[in-house]
Amino acid sequence: MPRMTANDALTSALIEEMRRDSRVLMFGEGVATKRRDLLEEFGAARVRNTPLAEGIIAGTAAGAAATGLRPVIDLLFAPFLCYAMDEIVNSAGKLRYLSGGQFAFPMVVLAATGAGWGVGAQHNHNIEAWFAHSPGLKVAMPSTPADFKGLLKAAIRDDNPVLFFTDLALGFTEGDVTDEVVPLGQAAIRRNGRDVTLISYAKTVHTCLAAAEQLADRGISAEVLDLRTLKPLDEETVLASARRTGRVVVVHEASRMCGIGAEVAAIVAEKAFRDLRAPVLRLTGPDAPAPASFPLEQAFVPQPGQIVTTVRDLLGTRDVRDVELAGVPV
Amino acid sequence: MAEAATRKPRGKGPKEPAMSRDELLRAYRDMLLIRRFEEKAGQLYGMGLIGGFCHLYIGQEAVVVGLTMCTKPGDQVITSYRDHGHMLATGMEARGVMAELTGRIGGYSKGKGGSMHMFSREKGFYGGHGIVGAQVPLGAGLAFANWYRGNDNVAMTYFGEGASNQGQVYESLNLAALFKLPVIFVIENNKYGMGTSVERASASKDLSKNGAPWGIPGEQVNGMDVIAVKEAGERAVAHCRAGNGPYLLEMKTYRYRGHSMSDPAKYRTREEVQKMREQSDCIDTARKLLLESYGVTEAELKVIDDEVKAIVQDSADFAQTSPEPDESELYTDILIEAR
Ligand SMILES: Cc1ncc(C[n+]2csc(CCOP(=O)(O)OP(=O)(O)O)c2C)c(N)n1
Ligand SMILES: [Mg+2]
Repeated sequence: MPRMTANDALTSALIEEMRRDSRVLMFGEGVATKRRDLLEEFGAARVRNTPLAEGIIAGTAAGAAATGLRPVIDLLFAPFLCYAMDEIVNSAGKLRYLSGGQFAFPMVVLAATGAGWGVGAQHNHNIEAWFAHSPGLKVAMPSTPADFKGLLKAAIRDDNPVLFFTDLALGFTEGDVTDEVVPLGQAAIRRNGRDVTLISYAKTVHTCLAAAEQLADRGISAEVLDLRTLKPLDEETVLASARRTGRVVVVHEASRMCGIGAEVAAIVAEKAFRDLRAPVLRLTGPDAPAPASFPLEQAFVPQPGQIVTTVRDLLGTRDVRDVELAGVPV
Repeated sequence: MAEAATRKPRGKGPKEPAMSRDELLRAYRDMLLIRRFEEKAGQLYGMGLIGGFCHLYIGQEAVVVGLTMCTKPGDQVITSYRDHGHMLATGMEARGVMAELTGRIGGYSKGKGGSMHMFSREKGFYGGHGIVGAQVPLGAGLAFANWYRGNDNVAMTYFGEGASNQGQVYESLNLAALFKLPVIFVIENNKYGMGTSVERASASKDLSKNGAPWGIPGEQVNGMDVIAVKEAGERAVAHCRAGNGPYLLEMKTYRYRGHSMSDPAKYRTREEVQKMREQSDCIDTARKLLLESYGVTEAELKVIDDEVKAIVQDSADFAQTSPEPDESELYTDILIEAR
């Protein structure tokens, strides 16, 4: 299995899908400059720089998709999607419905976000939930290089508009990558556990894994579930894990209010209430724009220590080291 | 571009100078301050003291300095993320700007904004915008407020030639012309966006005509020549203050450094940059003119150089000693609590 960075995994998905299907093409501000290898292999018509104007980039993609082409557009940083909102939400997301199913919009929108670079609120804003809230769109946000590739392949093959968010901090992380297509809508259990389920996606999956390590040292067994796709959400895997452990903490960098965590908590409360041994908790970024200052940016993002504290609270005691944990009632 | 950049200053020569001695000295000082400030910012970035993106204005100094000389109190300035020069030109303190770059509490946005997002209500500086083109409709709004209040202030609205392709820019041109708003649209055409040359991004060959469909007068100006910039600025400002509606200036300029700090700059040749630096540098040109035509002595310029150096050093010191913001700052300045 080749090891590669998440960025390279994403590129290899693009190359493979463009080889596989001549309807797949790519454009956006600087894509041909940034992705020279794609330009060389597929030519200037299929890999194309556009003017710096997100609205027209997304609109052109939606129009082309309506005729059966499969554009992948790179809008760089997630907040820039605000310029493309109408084209994505009102056009790509709704025209299939409004036309009584006559059209499909098989397009992928790439955008990066997340803390780590100190770029401030107009370049870093985890807006993935906005699109989950909009009908007619799918939303994916991978945490591993394998998923950067596998999920993107699935997104390109999907007949619906897919928002594909990449976490800035993950671009240079390495991992094993295969040719496997990772279907949209399937969560992954990253670590098995009995006492609590930590549910997350993107960068904070790794935060949860680090916290699970620390919890294990204290005798607490945490399961870590990576949503991978935010819409469609894999309810089945979420509920099965929640029922097994009886305790759920949802962790994400995006703000709390109306975030993915709220949706997950509601689903668990509605459908697994009988099996819960504690309220579902959320550990999220604050309801604040992302700061530029490095220490503030770090304080913005959930950290392993906070997860450990939250889980220990949830289990009913802060000082668990001396306590027999098995079956502690809450 | 090459043509415009090598054109002689538009002033009528030393006999009837377009700028007085004091004015040109002032312009020289302000351009030098921006240049030295940016060089220092580049150094601090290299030392890892500045995070995020950092877009230097080196090469373009004449644009903002010349135009700011045409403004008066109450006028507003708004620009993109390449904003350090605009802030210094409006009289904002070098300390506060540098400390914002290093993310400290003494910065203009308490460290929350960083390089691309700084503001000063007091100086009429409305940012510092990270979203390309976002400042242009806001500039129209600032001008709207001037019109509404019935004053004769103008809103200087700066953006790049790359930004000029955003849809909102055209919406702004239309509305400003329709409402006759006192806004000066300044396209800082430095030939490149992040890595795309203007020829490859704009079908429009003469950006000064971008306002023409709406009847907005436009001029192409040698933005490497502070005197030419000021002269054009005076025409624009007079037009706006008299209630004639918007004006558009395409400033032909050039940035010497990369787009941001990590830019391999494969889209242009070293020779091109070298040529601009050697033949068209705004500071060299002003310096030469001061010495040769305005009777200024090396000693006088040395005093200015020293003053500038001291300000920049002080700002760098401050930017490293001002404390980091407290974590509680995450939760302030978001919504205004009802009183
Ligand atoms: C809406 C939006 N899209 C893309 C970007 C990324 N970006 C930042 S600067 C830039 C190029 C802008 O070029 P130009 O307007 O010519 O200004 P310059 O940098 O030359 O001053 C791009 C594409 C952004 N910040 N905002
Ligand atoms: Mg430019």
